[in-house]
Order: sequence, then structure tokens, then C-alpha cells
Amino acid sequence: MLNMLLWIAGFIILLVKLMIILGVLLFFAGYLVWVERKFLARLQIRYGPNRAGPYGLLQPLADIVKMLVKEDTVPDGADRAFFLIAPAVVAATAILMFSVVPFGKDLTLWGQKVPLVVTDLNIGLLFVFAMSSLGVYGVALGGWASNSKYGLLGGIRGAAQMISYELPLGLSLVPIVMMAHSFSMVKIVAAQQKYPFILFQPLAFMIFAISSMAESKRIPFDLPEAENELVAGYHTEYSGMRFGLFFLGEYVHIMVFGAIMSVLFLGGWRGPFLPPVVWLLIKILAVALFMIWVRGTLPRLRYDQLMALGWKVLIPLALINILATGAVGLMIN
Amino acid sequence: MTLYGIFFYLISAVVIAATAVAVTRENLLHAVVYLIISFFGTAMLFYLFGAPLLAALEVIIYAGAIMVLFLFVVMMISSRPSGEALFPPRQFLPAVFFCLLYLLVAAAMAVQTPGLNAPLQTLTASPRLFATYVFKYHWFSIEVISMLLLVAAIGALNLGTAGRPGVKKDVPEQPEKPPTGSNPGAQVSGRTED
Repeated sequence: MLNMLLWIAGFIILLVKLMIILGVLLFFAGYLVWVERKFLARLQIRYGPNRAGPYGLLQPLADIVKMLVKEDTVPDGADRAFFLIAPAVVAATAILMFSVVPFGKDLTLWGQKVPLVVTDLNIGLLFVFAMSSLGVYGVALGGWASNSKYGLLGGIRGAAQMISYELPLGLSLVPIVMMAHSFSMVKIVAAQQKYPFILFQPLAFMIFAISSMAESKRIPFDLPEAENELVAGYHTEYSGMRFGLFFLGEYVHIMVFGAIMSVLFLGGWRGPFLPPVVWLLIKILAVALFMIWVRGTLPRLRYDQLMALGWKVLIPLALINILATGAVGLMIN
Repeated sequence: MTLYGIFFYLISAVVIAATAVAVTRENLLHAVVYLIISFFGTAMLFYLFGAPLLAALEVIIYAGAIMVLFLFVVMMISSRPSGEALFPPRQFLPAVFFCLLYLLVAAAMAVQTPGLNAPLQTLTASPRLFATYVFKYHWFSIEVISMLLLVAAIGALNLGTAGRPGVKKDVPEQPEKPPTGSNPGAQVSGRTED
């Protein structure tokens, strides 16, 4: 009987935790759009959104209402089922990636141990890659199912770009796994008790930052949705909240890569004075602001430059970095 | 039946159904997507059996990387149904024959093997355990496989760059066309030829 009660209590705590995490994640993803529009506007000497609420603070809400009440169109000749599912694949895989990110020490609540992470998988890092490689299908299938040449070209570009940059993304993290002796994100944070890994692995950090920008298809790597040649690329034919889901996926992606970057290189939730969750949010926001700054500064790459950067620069550099880390590790031990 | 058992039969049913649907689709892209679902289900089975590393690798490599390449090719070619019978008897009969043979062998094995009713122990192979085992007992096969992959990569690079001008000298270079005068129409047509 007592066991049953404890099980139910644990289940309720889990549900509440999941709801809070999902709510916070979506809230920050929504407001990241506002931050991006405001910051980008300042970089370009404009005002940005300033009509809905003070400083345009209600703009994300207004956008959501607009998208929800818009007509959800499916073009003639589109592959209906794939067209409808594709945006959900993009958004769901992006949100699921966050489930292995730890955001604090274990908490004890009414005698129950509550780990401040959705699930501490012992393959946490690989889970992120698995989800990220499944996210490609949302982009590729969405583009193909639209029955539009712009959509198709955007989808093909997206698939090619994402599988090219997954390799340097994965290879850049091998040294981190070598230093932390684990794939688990919780253990990787624990290994950075004294110093964050960015001090030992600046090259890996740079490779990861560039590849994660390419993975989330942001300027200067936004060829799958290059406006001046492909209209909007793979989401040209989408309207309403389905377009919103692609958009949400992109911003959740930024949050997730910010979180992973802070967990792997910047010490995760560690930091003085403030509570751990706040430190993690500060680090995520710093990474996101950096990405927006890059977007406001750099022009789009040409397609051959994009592929050459990934295959001829980042992958060899990441391989050399792995060799060097292994050699230093052998010398120390 | 335990919770694990229920999940096992559910996921197995999904895998078998997805694979069956995949081989019967006329639209190649649909077939690819169902095959991805099948791989994903296989990964879940690996996880259920306590091999999380294999599960992750199954999704990353099979469902994530290899199937994207399939998808890539299928997206580029037009996949209009050809109107031919999906399974001509020449392909269908051998397939049925081997299918029945396989079923027969499986049934014979199931009958002959003792202790089939004993439940499988729930164990988890952590990535560290798995890697230690593989590199302790099978290091030679791994080195051979990595050598094979290296050779394949070099071969692919050679094939990919063979036709490019400037890489190999025996490919005749296209002679440049002389300008066709001041006629604007000729210029436009010359541009489209480029």
C-alpha cells in the first residue's frame, strides 16, 4: 500500500516536472523570437516589434494567436499525410533533445529524490545525435511533400547540409567524452567541477559552435531556406501553426544547442551565488545572443563554400583534435 | 506477462508491420519512410534488451544516416508507378519459398530448444562494458573493418573526382565558345548553353 502511494507520488512529481520543463522551454523559445527580432533590429538600426504591449513584449503571444487562427492549407498535389506530419517531426525531435540536459543538483522533495533532469541516459550525448539525425526527415519530407520545386530544393539542401555537419558535430564532442569518461550529460557536468571544458578544448568548442549553427540552419548556413533564391525553402507551402511548428523547432533547436554547449563546455548549471537553473538559463541566453549576433553580421555562404567548410576544414580539424587529446591523455596517465 | 513483454510484442508488431508495408509500397518515398520506422522500432527493441549503445547507433547510423542517403536519391528521381505488377512470379516464388523455409527452421528451432519459457533476465550493458568487450575480444575484426571502410572512402573519392576537369588530364576539356557578335538574342542563347 505504502509502495503504491510512493509510486503514485513519484509519478505525479514526474508529470509536474515534465509540465514545468516543457512550459519553460516553450516560453523561452517563444521569447527568443522576440529577443532575436529586437536585437537584430538594433544591429540594423531599426526599432523592431514595438506595437503589441510595452517594448513589443506581447508580440510572441500575438504571433501565436495569428498562426492558430490562420487557415491551414494543404496544396493540391501534395502528399497529404507527410505534409501534415513533417512539421511535428521537426518540433518533436527538437523538444525531445532537451530531455537529457541536466539543470541542477538532485533535489529532495517530501522524502523523494527528484533528479533535475528528465532522464539521465547513460548514452545521453548519443541520444541528442539520434534525435538530431531524425529531425532531418521533417525538413526533407516537408520539402518533398509540398509538391513545389522550391520546397523540394530546400528539402534536398537541408538534408545534405544536416548530414554533412552532423559529422563534425559528433567528432568535436569525442574529446569531451574522452575527458569525462562518459556519454551521460550528468556525469559530464560532474567532471567539470573544477574547470569548464572550454579551457581545455577551445578548438572543439569552435567546431561545435559552427556545426550547431549549421544544424539549426541559421545564417550564415540558412541555404535550405535562402529567401532570395528559394522563396522560403522547405516551408514555402506551409501556413498557420504548421509553419509555426517549423519556426518553433528552429528556436527550440537554438535553446537545446545552447543548453548542450553550456553542459559540455561551459560547466553546465555550475556558477557562483545564483541558483543552478538561473545559471543554465544565463548560459543558454548568452549562446543564443551570440548566434543572433552572428546572424546580424555575416552574409550567407555559397553552397560549395558550405560543403567545403564542413568536409575539408571542420572534419579534419576535429580528427586532429581527437588525436591530440588522446596523445595528451596518454602522456598524463 | 510483464510490462517488458507487452512492450516487446507491441514493438515487434510495429516493426513487422512497417517492414511489410515498406516492401509493398509503389511509391518509393513511402517505402523509405516505413523502413525508417522499422529501423526505429528495432532500435527500441535493442534498448528494451538492455543495449542502449546499440539502440543509439542503430538510430544514428541506420535510421539517421543511411536512410537519409536513400531518401536523397529517391527524392531526386521521379517515382511514378510503372504500372507493372509489383511482384512478378519470377521474384515472388523464390521469396515465398525461402520465407517458408525460414519459418520451418525457426519453428523447428523453437520446438527443439529447451528452456524457452524461462524469462530473459533484465540486464543493461553500459557503453563502457560494451566497448571493453568489443575491443578486448574482437579488436582484429574492428581493425579489418576500419581498413575496409578507409579503402571504400578513398575509392568513393576517386570515383567522385574522376570526371572533374583539372583533376585528371585525360578528360578532354570543353573548348570555349567564341563570342557570337553583338546580336543580343545570340548572347542569350549562348548563356543558356553554358
